[in-house]
Amino acid sequence: MRALFAALSGALFGLGLMVSGMTDTTKVQGWLDIFGDWDPTLAFVLGGAILPMTIAWAALSRRETGLLGTPLPAPPGTEIDRPLAWGAVLFGAGWALVGLCPGPAIASLSWGGMPGVTFVIAMIAGMVIAGPLGKRVLSASQA
Amino acid sequence: MWQTDWTFGLMGGLMIGLAGVVFLAVNGRIMGASGILGGLVDGTGRSNLGERAAFLAALVGAPAIAALVWGAPPTNATTNVALLAVAGLLVGAGTRIGNGCTSGHGVCGMSRFSMRSIVATLFYLFAGGATMLVARHVLGII
Repeated sequence: MRALFAALSGALFGLGLMVSGMTDTTKVQGWLDIFGDWDPTLAFVLGGAILPMTIAWAALSRRETGLLGTPLPAPPGTEIDRPLAWGAVLFGAGWALVGLCPGPAIASLSWGGMPGVTFVIAMIAGMVIAGPLGKRVLSASQA
Repeated sequence: MWQTDWTFGLMGGLMIGLAGVVFLAVNGRIMGASGILGGLVDGTGRSNLGERAAFLAALVGAPAIAALVWGAPPTNATTNVALLAVAGLLVGAGTRIGNGCTSGHGVCGMSRFSMRSIVATLFYLFAGGATMLVARHVLGII
């Protein structure tokens, strides 16, 4: 059952990314081009996605588990540490360079051709090698 | 079919939000693309491997079917392999170090008013804007 609903969620997510224009790198780069020819479309995507989620968080606030009995996420941490800030900066830079973030990169794998596949392979390499390494360096330098 | 003006943006955004609602309300999990994939490839998500694999398979599969039926919207991505490799590495490493991407921090975290997610989102948007400024308008490489 968990896998079934995970698949439903993944399918909706993928189709939503496709419809919204998030898989179009020119659209994404246009949205990040605040100092150039700014394209505001993605503000509607983000707003449209946050709206149902805000309602869901409020509706689930008194529950401890999801509908299938697995525990709901713990309350978010409050500490703003170096890995959070630096990780976000690295991610933002990479996002702007090509115009792909993880969701749309995976969703467009079937039709994105060589560029999409190359990006996803590099992204996985970053997750496996550079991510843990960078996190260790940043955490150590904070102590 | 794939003219993406603001109505399509809003419609697609609502679909993304509903996907997050399903994953949260039913599975009790945060729908973050980098976290779901990252936990699978680095082995930290072994306890719910099936859930992650099913999510990712549908995330590739559903758009693949839609692309076959209605045609694929172009990604217009660069063909510069070096640029793709550097950007991919930065996105992969950055999302693991910062614990999330656009879907995890931007959609799921901000909607519960998580201070960490709000800060992360401001940082990656600012870094993205600054990168566009330098790479497009100063260096002219993208």
